[in-house]
Amino acid sequence: MVIPDFSKTSFIDQLGIEERAAGFTKRSLKEHSKLNGLLLALNMIDLTTLEGKDTEGKVRQLCYKAMHLHDAYPDLPTVAAICVYPSMVGVAKKALGDAGIKVASVATAFPSGQSSLKIKKEDTKLALQQGADEIDMVISRGKFHQGEYQFVFDEIAAIKEICGTARLKVILETGELGNYDKVRRASDIAMYAGADFIKTSTGKIQPAATMPVTLVMLEAIRDFYYKTGKKIAMKPAGGISKAKQALHYLVMLNEVLGEDWMNNEWFRFGASSLANDILMQLMKQKTGLYQSADYFSID
Amino acid sequence: MSATKKNTLKLKFDSSRNLAPAPESKSVAKIADRYDLFINGKFEKPSSKKYFDTINPATEEKLSVVAEANAADVNNAVAAARTAYEKQWKKTAPKERAKYIYRIARLIQEHARELAVIETLDGGKPIRESRDFDVPTAANHFFYYAGWADKLDYAFPNRNPQPLGVAGQIIPWNFPLLMAAWKIAPALATGNTVVLKPAETTSLTALKLAEIIQEADLPPGVVNIITGAGTTGAALVNHPDINKIAFTGSTEVGKMIQKAIAGTNKKATLELGGKAANIIFEDAPLDQAVEGIINGIFFNQGHVCCAGSRLLVQESVYKIVLQKLKDRMETLIVGDPMDKNTDIGAINSKQQLDVINKYLKIGQQEGAEMFQINCNIPKKGFFCRPTIFTNVAQSNRIAQEEIFGPVLAIQTFRTEDEAIEKANNTPFGLSAGVWTNKGSKMFNMTSKLKAGVIWANTYNKFDPVSPFGGYKESGFGREGGLHGLGAYLKV
Repeated sequence: MVIPDFSKTSFIDQLGIEERAAGFTKRSLKEHSKLNGLLLALNMIDLTTLEGKDTEGKVRQLCYKAMHLHDAYPDLPTVAAICVYPSMVGVAKKALGDAGIKVASVATAFPSGQSSLKIKKEDTKLALQQGADEIDMVISRGKFHQGEYQFVFDEIAAIKEICGTARLKVILETGELGNYDKVRRASDIAMYAGADFIKTSTGKIQPAATMPVTLVMLEAIRDFYYKTGKKIAMKPAGGISKAKQALHYLVMLNEVLGEDWMNNEWFRFGASSLANDILMQLMKQKTGLYQSADYFSID
Repeated sequence: MSATKKNTLKLKFDSSRNLAPAPESKSVAKIADRYDLFINGKFEKPSSKKYFDTINPATEEKLSVVAEANAADVNNAVAAARTAYEKQWKKTAPKERAKYIYRIARLIQEHARELAVIETLDGGKPIRESRDFDVPTAANHFFYYAGWADKLDYAFPNRNPQPLGVAGQIIPWNFPLLMAAWKIAPALATGNTVVLKPAETTSLTALKLAEIIQEADLPPGVVNIITGAGTTGAALVNHPDINKIAFTGSTEVGKMIQKAIAGTNKKATLELGGKAANIIFEDAPLDQAVEGIINGIFFNQGHVCCAGSRLLVQESVYKIVLQKLKDRMETLIVGDPMDKNTDIGAINSKQQLDVINKYLKIGQQEGAEMFQINCNIPKKGFFCRPTIFTNVAQSNRIAQEEIFGPVLAIQTFRTEDEAIEKANNTPFGLSAGVWTNKGSKMFNMTSKLKAGVIWANTYNKFDPVSPFGGYKESGFGREGGLHGLGAYLKV
């Protein structure tokens, strides 16, 4: 693979990309399109808890929720993964058993990434030793802004090297990057350095995921695919809490990368409260009535 | 990765077209069985006693019948406009004129949903466009010109601007309500009275506008709306008591009008055809440029006089732009205009579909390579798949003549000079688009392109504040903005 000069990656026109992203929200999903979309979105969720106050009990509750989203609705899919800190990976792994739900762990001095490569590697190894299936790393945004793309690249490549079969999600923290050109550049660096996923945000910085930012990243994935033949997965995270938003993202995914990406191997939502809103919409589709939020458990 | 392997990579977009139907409700649209002529504030039966059908081009079903105005009807309408002008409208205080115009704008907003549905039923354009573009922009034109009515002395200081009198206005079928707004709003703001003739395939929203004008209590005769085809238009153009002709339509008819009014005192503005170049440089934001190509040529099925119907791509990015364009085209949804997800609706008429199909044949005979997306189109109604031609020569008819459909001719260039030369090598001069990230190049291009409107890193953007009009065979005079006022004033 020829590594390009990242200072020369594609330009993005701000007004144009925002107009295009808004265009996807004009699509109207009805009947089976809406139902399939809701079920798919549910199945793409990385159910997340990344709090300093997390405890083993809290993580176990979340895992139970992941396996039993809403027992009043039979044959629901599960979420794709549980996303936790490295210290909670072992607990989650045990709680989930063989339910087929992946355990993703943030690592590399999440969320700031302000540590040495040595510590970042140790952090990653800890998560892997506990059985993490996926690693969500952060890039060094400070170095990126300084134009030290090689540093950012090497760090990602180093973490990828120790990941083995675990899939690596690279968090760009787009809310700290400042413009769409830089989102595109960071996406390219991550993909060429070995990312399996590119991910918008830690959820700790505002704005987190937005449709235009996600669109820039999806287009980067598409261009990378055409150049190298290699598929990269996408994960918008943070700020997506409503079923309708999730459907807009799926419309966008479907029209930028097409049906091959329309599954949880290639697309995830990083979210904590999205699942319940989707469940509420699914019950509405089934019964014709909106139920009280209190009918849906809040783990 | 070997080169052959690369060529087989293809994203799949079929599923995007399998969305469940999301039709807009027709129930808000009240369409009468028959429409008469709107003369002197009332709907009058035509002295011709003739009516013609208006159909839904997406289903070929009859929607209503519309009166055909003959020379006597035209005379009545012009007489009503003249009386209203002399007896009332030219004496009405400018700030009072503004109130009427403002009221029309508000009523268009109140009736927005009905107008959008009727526009789509009668004309075939997607409901998303009539809802989000045509109707709101039409209301905006009335709002904008309402503001100018009592400020003409500031627009033309020390020039004592005076109205012309009676304006004869003839509008096309591609943006029926919006074109009526473009014509009527500045004419009223400047104190003129109006006889407007909509195109024969799309009379209904103009007649709905007549109802709105009644509801707004505009004095009788200030706006008259008469329906009919070419002969009605000719009678209006040739009427001796008309002071001004405002025409939007084909270059062919524009030339006929110019001949007809030669030697008279009639003032004219003509907004005619186009064959705009959309020019993409290698340093452009390519994905947004591709959106601009799509919007430029497929907006309103390409029935847009300023459509970007020629694409000029710098050779170094030709392959990648073409690939992105084809992928993007695969996601376009063609079909029922009333479905909220439809991107490309029905061609406006059988006649226009025949014209487009003729050019598809010509393009292939000329040796250009045709690409159409592989989508189903409805069996009934008039539909055309989005089409691009590559290997196009400057001498090909598909690169020279206005097709007025979803058909794009693609060429390449190497230098700025070549792009300018090719872009200007056309009898038309209405619009152009330039895509580059480099400001100096943008200014160089925009100063050398012979086109009335040039979009920089965007395409098909319209605003009442911005003047619109052409060079060369695309016509003369400007509509919109301050310039649009001047076209209706003695200054």
